[in-house]
Formats: sequence, structure tokens, C-alpha cells
Amino acid sequence: MKLTGAEILCEALTRLGVREIFGYPGGAILPVYDALGKSKLRHVLVRHEQGATHMADGYARASGGIGVAMATSGPGATNMVTGIATAMLDSSPVVCITGQVSSKVLGSDAFQEVDITGITMPITKHNVVVTRAEDVARTIREAFVIAKSGRPGPVLVDITKDAQQASTEFAWDACVPKLPPKRLRNNHDQAEFDRAVELLNTAKRPVVLAGHGIMVSGAICAFEQFIRAGNYPVAMTLLGIGCFPAKDPLNLGMMGMHGEAWVNNAIQEADLLIAVGMRFDDRVTGDLRTYAKNARKIHIEIDRAEINKNVKVDVALVGDARAVLENLTPHIETRDHSAWIRHINELKGDSAVRDIQSLPDTGHLYAAHVINDLWKETRGEAIVVTDVGQHQMWEAQYYHHNRPRTLITSGGLGTMGFALPAGIGAKFAKPDSEVWVVVGDGGFQMTMSELATIVQEKLNVKIAIINNGYLGMVRQWQEFFYDKRYVATPLVAPDFVTLANAFGIRSECITTRAEVTPGIRAAREANETVLIDFRVEQEDSVYPMVPAGASLHDMIRRPHNPLVETASDA
Amino acid sequence: MQTLVAYVENKPGVLNRVASLARRLAINIDSLTVGPTENEEIARMTIVAHTDERGAHRLEASLEKLVDVLLAENISTRALLERDLALIKVAADQQNRPHLMELIKVFRARVVDVAPESLIIEVSGTVDKIDGLLEVLRPFGVLEMARTGRIAMTRGGDLLQPPLADGERTALETAGSSAK
Ligand SMILES: Cc1cc2nc3c(=O)[nH]c(=O)nc-3n(C[C@H](O)[C@H](O)[C@H](O)COP(=O)(O)OP(=O)(O)OC[C@H]3O[C@@H](n4cnc5c(N)ncnc54)[C@H](O)[C@@H]3O)c2cc1C
Ligand SMILES: Cc1ncc(C[n+]2csc(CCOP(=O)(O)OP(=O)(O)O)c2C)c(N)n1
Ligand SMILES: [Mg+2]
Repeated sequence: MKLTGAEILCEALTRLGVREIFGYPGGAILPVYDALGKSKLRHVLVRHEQGATHMADGYARASGGIGVAMATSGPGATNMVTGIATAMLDSSPVVCITGQVSSKVLGSDAFQEVDITGITMPITKHNVVVTRAEDVARTIREAFVIAKSGRPGPVLVDITKDAQQASTEFAWDACVPKLPPKRLRNNHDQAEFDRAVELLNTAKRPVVLAGHGIMVSGAICAFEQFIRAGNYPVAMTLLGIGCFPAKDPLNLGMMGMHGEAWVNNAIQEADLLIAVGMRFDDRVTGDLRTYAKNARKIHIEIDRAEINKNVKVDVALVGDARAVLENLTPHIETRDHSAWIRHINELKGDSAVRDIQSLPDTGHLYAAHVINDLWKETRGEAIVVTDVGQHQMWEAQYYHHNRPRTLITSGGLGTMGFALPAGIGAKFAKPDSEVWVVVGDGGFQMTMSELATIVQEKLNVKIAIINNGYLGMVRQWQEFFYDKRYVATPLVAPDFVTLANAFGIRSECITTRAEVTPGIRAAREANETVLIDFRVEQEDSVYPMVPAGASLHDMIRRPHNPLVETASDA
Repeated sequence: MQTLVAYVENKPGVLNRVASLARRLAINIDSLTVGPTENEEIARMTIVAHTDERGAHRLEASLEKLVDVLLAENISTRALLERDLALIKVAADQQNRPHLMELIKVFRARVVDVAPESLIIEVSGTVDKIDGLLEVLRPFGVLEMARTGRIAMTRGGDLLQPPLADGERTALETAGSSAK
């Protein structure tokens, strides 16, 4: 069968199980769009190529599959850069397809020519230029293998226009992936494994650090069995949230810069840390010199390059989390850690008193209230996609996730503007799930044009803007570390209700606590997209906070009486 | 200084990926040499990097994550044979020529080009040896120099061969655990 490169691309994507492509057309990718029109693939027209990459990313994170984004050459391709880097830092499998100028003029500064493989080399797991129709199918298949295997990541395939247009004989079976052979490493020897077992069975104060890799590995069951076998308390990274039910008494909550105080203190007191699929990000460890000094460390991690990168460990079990955990669990003998767990519960100490939920209602609407009510109303069952900032941290603290892949957020790059497009991607991945986009007034304004995509695609996504009138997280740093000099953080926003209405989206503004639950209920009942503008306390801060570079136990705690008067009271 | 050997796909752009990776990891490369192997599809690199053991581990493991890198190995602590090759053009007149020739002999170097005012000397060996020769040549006037950078090989039965083409492709897919 003779097909053009463009047709082969569509055929290959279809055979690889792709249903939706998030993209934006232009001259250098037009042959592909023409072929798309004749295929069964659904193309989702975005409003900015950054949105396409975040949608593909959100799709991948919600589904566990691969998301596909498409753009034209030049500016289309460069607009993808932020989304690609976002996917790279969080190990998300995204395949980006870009059009490129014809191979005959490559390197000549042709119209809309840009060296996108050069630009994205450090932010992709792999990238490649295709200049012949014959190579299209094999390359796409390879891209899918690479994106998803080992430690996942984004792959960019740049296809020249002549490769899209040329016709060639196409046979699926003839274009199998042909990746370079790799050495099989003997990842860890028996002695190392035995040492891990010994540490596990002699620890008195163990804490498991659960990360994103558990989700990636599909190790949810294996992880739970491991935890049950040893009765280990579990602390989660931001991206590990959901890998173990929040309602389980062994789940302590999030660790790190904005982790719960008792979680960080437990880590500092532990005599054994078992890190699973997490990479000891600096937001997790604080000052490395004082990090968990009393603890031996076991690191279960698929990427050898992560071993001893930030934290020096005693035992490294390099491999797929699921396989390693399944091997370990039968060897666990010691499981009575009740005294230790009791102690951790005591560490919670005055945290409950300091919790904003326990404060008397003074008429102020706090973001934490909004998130907590959202959690209660959705019974923790929704997929929540957050942006970056204070609201992101409050979501992590007050929305209790019980299932994997229900919190989708940009952790490593911290990309503002992520939530709305990623939420759209998540909705495509899980059309039957309730998807809530929780986003700051700042981040929302970065990619709000994707509201039009929601309308065009007739999606039902719920959007909660946590509107504090500030670039809140930066304002918080200015409050703590720059003597409240709020330079460039007060933020004027449009009237979001009017804005939403202009897009044809139903919308409401909520200013008091009493309205929150009814507002959420009404939004959930509506069979369409609803945007709620929650006007929350402007100068609230996220507590606890480990200042950048400080020791994990040196947390700034919520003041005992935080209800200081704010400008609006005066 | 750490010495790594890598087998890579012999195709355009791979050198760029390797160099770009080292730059991203903020690891300074002292020398990087590439040459063909018995298998024309595979090239061999020797990378000498200004870093410590930890940096070398990171570089080695990160290199192996590149799709086009078949194998990367830090061989710094193993018994090694290291060679560097230099072509050195020195000023030489009738008077000092005999003196020069003597030095060249001591260093087991060779004269490969003779001109009225200069000589080209070819020397190979360890970096120290070449640096030593350079030092004694400097007073004569070193006009030009080209050095290859180091190549290295582990001694004896300690083999470092590229993985077979057909065998273990699945390593990329699994990187699974080997215990039990
Ligand atoms: C404003 C802001 C504040 C933040 N505050 C915090 C905070 O307080 N606490 C916090 O935890 N984070 C915080 N973060 C997020 C933080 O920056 C990191 O993104 C996060 O800690 C990374 O979590 P992770 O290591 O679990 O996931 P990733 O960064 O995704 O790393 C996953 C790890 O798992 C490994 N892996 C992948 N697949 C497998 C497999 N199959 N088997 C085994 N291993 C595998 C990978 O190689 C990688 O090392 C914050 C981010 C922002 C933007
Ligand atoms: C693209 C981008 N630019 C800048 C930042 C730095 N930054 C981190 S949080 C933040 C403030 C976010 O404000 P908003 O979206 O209103 O959320 P809030 O913190 O108020 O909840 C900024 C500017 C970033 N993370 N991403
Ligand atoms: Mg804000």
C-alpha cells in the first residue's frame, strides 16, 4: 500500500492507540493536518501550543498512557518548549510532533525554520528529525517506546515537510522499532538486597518516602502490600500523593517545604528511610547537611543517575519499584512499630490547634476552607489539577486523595499556566471522571485562552479560581524574607465571571464561606463547564514552611493567632 | 580527573548530545575523543572530565540514559593504558638542531617533518610524558601544536566491549531488578 508520510503518521498513531491529538496547525505541518482530516483521530484545537503540550501531559498523567501534541515549525515548535520542560522534570510521557521545513532547505534559515531538536535537546528524553517518509512509522513507534520505558519523559519528532508529502510503500510489520542495543546492567547484587532486608528488619523508627515513581511503575498494590507487611508510616512527595490512600492511618501526609510539621519531624527522627520512586528534590530535603542525619537510607529507584545525587544512601536498589517491592515484601519480618507510630502521632501535637480549619469563623474566606469543602463535597474522588503557587500547596494539604493519578500538578518545573490545559487533557483521558481545575488568579491568566478550547470541544470541566489578588506564593516570600515589600505581586485581574460569560461559560463569584458548599454543589450538578471565582483572604500564607536552604525541622509555623486584621478590616 | 569510556551510535548529532549532557550537568570536559570501532555503526569515546567520583557516576549513568549511547563506564579506578598523541612544530635552526634531536630521542618521539626553520615532532604517550617533552621544547620556541586528547583502555582481560546488536534491547524497557 502506497501512502504519504503524513498518512503514515496518522496510521501509525491510530495503530498505537492514540485517540486525541492536541495541536495547532501551520504551513510546515499542513500535509499532516490534511491526512488527520481523513483519519479517525480526534484533533483538539488549542489556543496556544504551550496548551497543547500541557494537555498531552495532563492526558498522560491521568491515563497512565502517552499524550500526543502537535505543532507547526518555528514559532509553533518554540511555543511548546515550556510544556516539554514541564513534562521532562516530572517524567511524563509525552510525544510532540512538529512540522519542519523541507529537508532541501534545512539549515538555510528558511521561513519558520528553527532548530527545535537543538533547542529541546536538554529538555527531552530523546528527539529526532525525520527527513524521509520511509522513516516516519518506525520513528513514531520508537518515540512511543522511549517515552514510556524506564523513566518516562517527553520525546519530540520533527518531520520535514517533504517527508510528510512523499509517498512510499507502507507495511506496519516492516517498521518495527530499531533502537540501539543497550547493555543489561546487573542492577544490584544479592549482597545489597540482603543488606536492605537487614536494615528493614532491624529498624526501630522507619519512614517510607513515597514518590511519583510508584505511580509510574504501576506499583500501587505492591506498595500497599509492602507497607502492610512492615507497618511502615508513609510520607509522600507532592507528586507521590495518591499512591497510598490518604485515609489510611499509616499515611502521614506530605513531606518537604510545605509538608506537615509532624511528617518532617518524623523524617528527622527516623532511623531508616525507605525512598521509593522519589528523587530527593531540594523542596523535599531542605538543607542536605542536616537532612535525616539519624537515618540509614534505602533508595528504590529506576534511574541510576538519581542514586546519591542529592542524598547519599546506604543501599540502592536500582530497578522498577514494583519488581523491587515484590521481591522485598516476603522478607519483611519486623512489623511492630506501634511505639514509633504513637510517637509520630504525638508529634502532631499542636498542629491541629494551629490548623486553619480549627479557627473560629470570622467571616474571612480562606483558600484552605474552599479546598477542604471541595474535598468533602467530592468525597475525595475527583481528579484535581492544580496550578503553581499557594493554592497548589493548600490543595496538597487539604484535599485528601485516596486514589493514584487523581492529583495532577507541575512539581519539578513549577509551571504556572499548567492547570487549565492539563485539566482539559485529563478530562479527555477520563471523560467519566469529575475534573476540577484549581488555579490561582495569576496562573489562570497565563493560559486562560484555553477556555475557548473547552467550549469548542464541549467539555465539562470545573474550574475553581483561588483569587487572592496576588501572585500569592511570591508575595509570601516577600512577606517572610523581604520585609513585606510587595514588588510586582499585587495583581489586577479581569472580572472572571464576565470573562467566562464572554466565552459562553457559566460562572459565579463566591466571597463568603457559607456560599462555598452550595456553589460547589451547583457546579457539580451542572452538566457543563462551570467557573467559580473564589475571592479568598488576600494575605494568607502557606504553613508550615521550610525556608529555602533551611533544615527540614526549621519550619515557620502558622502563628497561634493568625487572624490578624487585614487591610479590609481596617 | 575521571576517565570514562562510551560506546555510541556512529551517527550525526551524537557527539552534540554527549557534550550537551556534560554541559547540563555542569561537568567540565578536559578531553573528548571519538573514533570508529570494528563495527562501523558504533563509535568509541574516551571522556576525561574534571569532576569527582560522584560526578563521574552521574555522568556515566546519565550518558547511558541517552538513547544513542550503548554503554558508558567510568574506568578511572581500573588498571588503564592511556595515550595522547601530539604534533609539535618547534623552531629549529642549524645550531640547536642537534640538541633538539637528542631530546627527541630521550622522549622516544619522532621527527616527521623537516623545514629550514622548524621541525614537526610526533610524540605519543601519557599526558605526563607529552607535557614533559613540551616543557623542554618550550625554550626552543613551540610554534604550533595539535593534540588528540586521551584515549584509554583497560588492561589485560578486563574487557569493555559494545553490547551485541540483537541481544538485550529490552534493557531499555525494563531496567528491572536482578535480585531473587
Ligand atoms: C511551589 C512548589 C512547592 C513545592 N513544595 C513541595 C513540598 O513541600 N513537598 C514536596 O514533596 N514537593 C514539593 N514540590 C514539588 C517538588 O518540586 C518535586 O516536584 C517533587 O518533590 C518530586 O516528587 P517525586 O520525587 O516523587 O517525583 P519525580 O520528580 O517525578 O521523580 C520520580 C522519581 O521516580 C523514579 N521512577 C520513575 N519510574 C520509576 C519506576 N518504575 N520505578 C522506580 N522509580 C521510578 C524517577 O526516576 C524519579 O527519580 C513543590 C513544587 C512547587 C512548584
Ligand atoms: C511561568 C512561571 N512564572 C513565574 C513563576 C514564579 N511563581 C511561582 S508561584 C507564583 C505566584 C502564583 O500566583 P497565583 O497564580 O495567583 O497563585 P497563588 O500563589 O496566589 O495561589 C509565581 C509568580 C512560576 N512558577 N511559573
Ligand atoms: Mg493569586
